[in-house]
Amino acid sequence: MKSISRVTRKFIYALLFLAPTSVFSEASDYNMPVGVTEVSKEIFDLHMLIMWICVWIGVVVFGIMFYSLFKYRKSTGAKASKIDDHFWLEITWTVAATLILVGMAIPSTTVMIKAYDDREGDINIMVTGYQWKWQYKYLEDDISFFSNLSTSQEQIDNDIPKGEFYLSEVDEPLVIPINKRIRFLITGNDVIHSWWVPDFAVKQDAVPGFINTAWTNVPKPGIYRGACTELCGIKHAFMPVVVRAVEQEEYDAWVVEKIALAEAERLLNEKVWTKAELVERGEGVYLKNCVACHQTNGQGLPPVFPALVGSEIVMRDKTRNIEILMEGVRGAAMQSFANQLSEVDMASVITYTRQSWSNGKNGDGEIIIPQEIVDYKNKVDL
Amino acid sequence: MSSPQPYYVPESSKLPFAMAVTMLVLIIGASTTVKPELGPFGDNSYLVLLTGFLMMWTTMFFWFSQVVKENNEGLNNNMLNNSYYYGMAWFIFSEVMFFFAFFLALGYIRMFAVPWLGGEGEKGIANMLWPGFEAHWPLMITPDQAAFPGPAEEMSLGTAYSHGGLAGVLGWIPLYNTVLLLTSSVTVHIAHIGLKNGNRKQFNLWLAITLVLGYAFVALQAYEYYEAYTHMGLTLKTGVYGTTFFMLTGFHGFHVCLGAIILTVMLIRGLKGHFSHDDQFGFEAGSWYWHFVDVVWICLVAFVYVM
Amino acid sequence: MSTIVETHDDHGHHGPAKGLTRWLYTTNHKDIGTLYLWFSFLMLFIGGAMAMVIRAELFEPGLQIVQPEFFNQMTTNHGLIMVFGVIMPAFVGLANWMIPMQIGAPDMALPRLNNLSFWLLPMAFGILISTLFMPAGGPNFGWTFYAPLSTTYAPDTVTFFIFSVHVMGASSILGSINIITTILNMRAPGMTLMKMPLFVWSWLITAYLLIAVMPVLAGTVTMMLMDIHFGTSFFDAAGGGDPVLFQHIFWFFGHPEVYIMILPAFGIVSHIIETFSRKPIFGYSSMVYALTSIAVLSFVVWAHHMFTVGMPLAGELFFMYSTMLIAIPTGVKVFNWVATMFRGSISFETPMLFAIAFVSLFTIGGFSGLMLAIVPADFQYHDTYFVVAHFHYVLVPGSLFGIIAGVYYWLPKWTGNMYDETLGKLHFWLSFFSVNLTFFPMHFVGLAGMPRRYPDYALQFADFNAIVSVGAFIFGFTQLLLLFIVIKSIRTGKKASDEVWEDTKDWGLEWTLDSPPPYHSFTVQPEVK
Ligand code: HEA
Ligand code: HEA
Ligand code: HEC
Ligand code: CUA
Ligand SMILES: [Cu+2]
Repeated sequence: MKSISRVTRKFIYALLFLAPTSVFSEASDYNMPVGVTEVSKEIFDLHMLIMWICVWIGVVVFGIMFYSLFKYRKSTGAKASKIDDHFWLEITWTVAATLILVGMAIPSTTVMIKAYDDREGDINIMVTGYQWKWQYKYLEDDISFFSNLSTSQEQIDNDIPKGEFYLSEVDEPLVIPINKRIRFLITGNDVIHSWWVPDFAVKQDAVPGFINTAWTNVPKPGIYRGACTELCGIKHAFMPVVVRAVEQEEYDAWVVEKIALAEAERLLNEKVWTKAELVERGEGVYLKNCVACHQTNGQGLPPVFPALVGSEIVMRDKTRNIEILMEGVRGAAMQSFANQLSEVDMASVITYTRQSWSNGKNGDGEIIIPQEIVDYKNKVDL
Repeated sequence: MSSPQPYYVPESSKLPFAMAVTMLVLIIGASTTVKPELGPFGDNSYLVLLTGFLMMWTTMFFWFSQVVKENNEGLNNNMLNNSYYYGMAWFIFSEVMFFFAFFLALGYIRMFAVPWLGGEGEKGIANMLWPGFEAHWPLMITPDQAAFPGPAEEMSLGTAYSHGGLAGVLGWIPLYNTVLLLTSSVTVHIAHIGLKNGNRKQFNLWLAITLVLGYAFVALQAYEYYEAYTHMGLTLKTGVYGTTFFMLTGFHGFHVCLGAIILTVMLIRGLKGHFSHDDQFGFEAGSWYWHFVDVVWICLVAFVYVM
Repeated sequence: MSTIVETHDDHGHHGPAKGLTRWLYTTNHKDIGTLYLWFSFLMLFIGGAMAMVIRAELFEPGLQIVQPEFFNQMTTNHGLIMVFGVIMPAFVGLANWMIPMQIGAPDMALPRLNNLSFWLLPMAFGILISTLFMPAGGPNFGWTFYAPLSTTYAPDTVTFFIFSVHVMGASSILGSINIITTILNMRAPGMTLMKMPLFVWSWLITAYLLIAVMPVLAGTVTMMLMDIHFGTSFFDAAGGGDPVLFQHIFWFFGHPEVYIMILPAFGIVSHIIETFSRKPIFGYSSMVYALTSIAVLSFVVWAHHMFTVGMPLAGELFFMYSTMLIAIPTGVKVFNWVATMFRGSISFETPMLFAIAFVSLFTIGGFSGLMLAIVPADFQYHDTYFVVAHFHYVLVPGSLFGIIAGVYYWLPKWTGNMYDETLGKLHFWLSFFSVNLTFFPMHFVGLAGMPRRYPDYALQFADFNAIVSVGAFIFGFTQLLLLFIVIKSIRTGKKASDEVWEDTKDWGLEWTLDSPPPYHSFTVQPEVK
């Protein structure tokens, strides 16, 4: 149970949010985060400015209104005047409102132009929204990976206590160096998503087929958390964004390591795999990539997400099984995993689904080895 | 000083409710026809749709007969007639806005979407996703030829000319369609003048000519579609050129049909001796509608066929 | 505005038919108005119950009550039902009741069409709501149904959704044609446009907006239908289309739509404020010009809902400026209301309380709207609860309070019976308190970063969400009181006088009629001087 006093205290703070802003400089629970970048700070100031102007107009307008309500109560014998217009008064307030708006528009325009700037960055990263994860592709280096929610289903289902970063944690965050101009090329793979990191004041829709750009320049190392903000289906709330900003040296080391890992992965294709090894590896891949839809027990969530247990394709139709994983199903949430999984992972996850639950017993029990995936890729390329 | 209220307010009527139920049947019929899984009727879903249409035509028939009957009984005074005029005018305005949505879509696609996909303009970076795609209008090669194979040929005036010169232009169907429809606007006007002057013969004759022109238009349009589908590889599924082409001309054609049906009814009423020089709402509404489809057609020629 | 009415009877002083068929076949504007109002009331409870599901799920972090799939169906249908099933029909119901009475007409111009407009609604909503019980589930793509989530990735039932939107649209268009025709054609002699009551004016403008944009909505869903079933590529880049095109067309409809949901409330509130301030509305003509300018501007601001879709810079700036401009005519209206109260003789009956709450809370919603219009700041606000706070402020204590105020104001005229003032005040204060408790903290969670349409959220948002949910439950249950008050006044309310309120004869023709008014309002045209 949350303590009542904490709730009330927060509420009172929040109302005090009308007090000078300097009091709450860091990210707060009830105001826009100031953020870390130049743009985010300017946007914060703009936000406070506009809000204050509105508050003051409100004070004046409501002041006059409540004064009238109080002063001209019928119960105190107030007599109504018959005046029903006043030309100059109306002109005055119309002009006043216009001037205030012009005053707001000028700083807004300045900040907007700055935030918009779509020149190339020192580092250019392609951000692709998938149902329901993010892919990050570093255009200069040959690095590409997926970033999935790492909060466990048990936490979501309230079976175990929730961690500190409940729903704002991922298995592999985006890594960027500080003090570099980073440009994001944002797009979507299936439906529209929206990539948002409040501390950078970057929010851009990921529209399938088109590319939006955004940029940032982070001065401070740290972990910055954001979210998908465009309704994208069932797991819209479960595809957070996490960015790790690090010193340049750390970044360089990370790049080297990433590239080496990818190379090691490729070497695995040559290895001779046993069924048990494939199944074991496949389980890990399955838990990371497939459970969101087909569930841990393989039962799916019919009618939208079919069960893999007892599926004809998974039990008997090997060719089609590979094809579905490689190509996806157009128009369904089942996307192509060809670019998401290495050949090894692909082979092992298919093998896993063909061997697990009751499928191994009832189906043809065939396994798939990485070479088959490589062959499939070569065939399609022709 | 006050005038007694002359306005005719009909007693309660079963027709509107019948029409509402009809719409229910139509929704169910239409949805299950395009997606049989949605209902229990399976492959027979189209029968529900058909029933809906039958109900609709029946209800409309009784409704309009009722109005005509009231009119002939002299229940409609000037004010009520004015209501009908206002109603029709605003209805046409709503139709204008319906077409506006499709023209807006066409404009956006041509001015923004396609150029951006092809790497032009402020958002041209999108071309990274469609390597090799180039922006042209009419769009013959789509960004993803596998998903939406582009058309083999298209309908524009420019192409007709560049392929066949003057002969090409003379063989260009929209040219004849334009002539037909523009003429029919004039003939319907002549019919109108006839009615105003009490010249029933002129009215019937010129209205009949209008109808012939109108139906000829529909026939030519159907022929054009036939050509597109069978010989030009141009269908709804050939990317956004086919999409906008068929949707715009299709809805227009549909409205021409409606207008023609309305005017046919008016001709029948004319032959029966309805209308007089100061009582001709039904006909005028039909002719307004006819002029409206004419104007839409001119926009179509400009934006779909020529530009 | 003073009026003379002579009542002498000529033809057809017939009363209503009896039984169910009275309601099915009626062509009477009051019967149809009543139908609309009850329909809207029913929908309020259905849409409200969905909001309760949403709030119950969001009371705490974690998934407790519903799964995300069903949650999405709830937000979507809550939005759709509230917009198309509650606010719009309620306004049309009020228009049906009041416009003929305010302009001195016997009935609406096209009575049979009027019946059709109403009966289309239960058909459309019947289908829409029934999809929730189908195996594939109901619409789950938000009330804004962005493609391709609503096309390629939609549940099969989207087809039912599309056709029911068509039918709702048809209902609105026919209803508006009727209203606009009534206003333009049926005014009593002497009632020039600039003498029309403001409610009538607001509906004239609203009806115009409706006729202009409902067909565009119909076009939008038609394009969806084609993309889904007939292989077109309006919203698919692979064929040369663009998902963002959907949003442009949708919001070309959608933004005027939000003004459709507020303008009639402006009209209602203007009447109530003048009645209970006992002073004619300040700046009548500027009120009319303001309504007109809002309507005109509303066509050129649509893309302020799309600041993050990636428009070119010039577009972002254009839509920011045009949106900000709307604050001017809206401000003029607010200032005029305040000026009407100024030096009035004010009393605080329930309708007035709701009207005052309307003016202040709508203005707060307007301010947050203005903040949203500031493009760079909207990058932070967009699709968070700050937006949800904004639109609930303009819609709940805005439109909904406007409607409730109108109901309290005119109910005694309709039924001939007074409502219970004490209960009315209780209803007001409970609503006022809980509506703020519900929607004010949403500003905070939104700014702190909680996205909308989330069935589950990070821990730092927990406290405010709990407060919001408590407020929502109180507000929901308070509306049961409204139901009780209405029924009680119909059944056992004290007789109301013909004027109902003090000296209302000055404020419009409706008060010159009996309470309840005769079945055909003005069988003799009154003359307005
Ligand atoms: C009744 C409905 C209604 C009304 C009246 C308004 C009124 C306004 N709205 Fe709102 N709006 C919605 C309903 C409404 N809105 C809905 C439903 C959504 C969300 C849709 C969705 O995504 O689901 C939305 C979303 C929305 C957005 C998109 C936010 C986003 O998604 O990121 C924006 C952005 O500009 C916006 C702006 C405005 C503005 C500037 C006004 C202005 O009209 C307000 C003008 C009023 C005032 C400013 C107050 C009074 C004025 C004065 C006292 C004068 C002096 C003031 C000054 C000079 C500042 N609205
Ligand atoms: C006109 C409009 C209107 C009205 C009146 C309301 C009223 C309310 N709305 Fe909502 N709302 C919208 C229009 C409206 N809303 C729209 C357009 C959206 C966006 C949808 C989208 O994202 O697509 C939205 C979204 C929305 C959300 C965000 C959902 C999300 O993003 O995930 C929330 C969350 O709290 C919410 C809450 C409420 C609450 C608590 C009320 C309360 O005011 C409701 C009060 C309840 C009642 C009046 C009913 C009383 C009923 C009972 C007490 C139960 C008894 C009934 C039975 C026994 C059957 N609404
Ligand atoms: C985002 C949701 C989602 C994810 C993640 C997902 N799938 Fe699917 N999957 C689907 C949907 C939806 C279908 C049904 C497609 C259709 O319409 O035929 C499907 C179908 C399948 C089928 C065909 C089943 C049949 O009987 O038709 C197989 C096999 C399959 N998925 C395997 C996998 C594997 C293995 C993974 C992980 C690597 C995975 N899926 C990840 C949504 C998903
Ligand atoms: Cu992805 Cu929401
Ligand atoms: Cu808007």
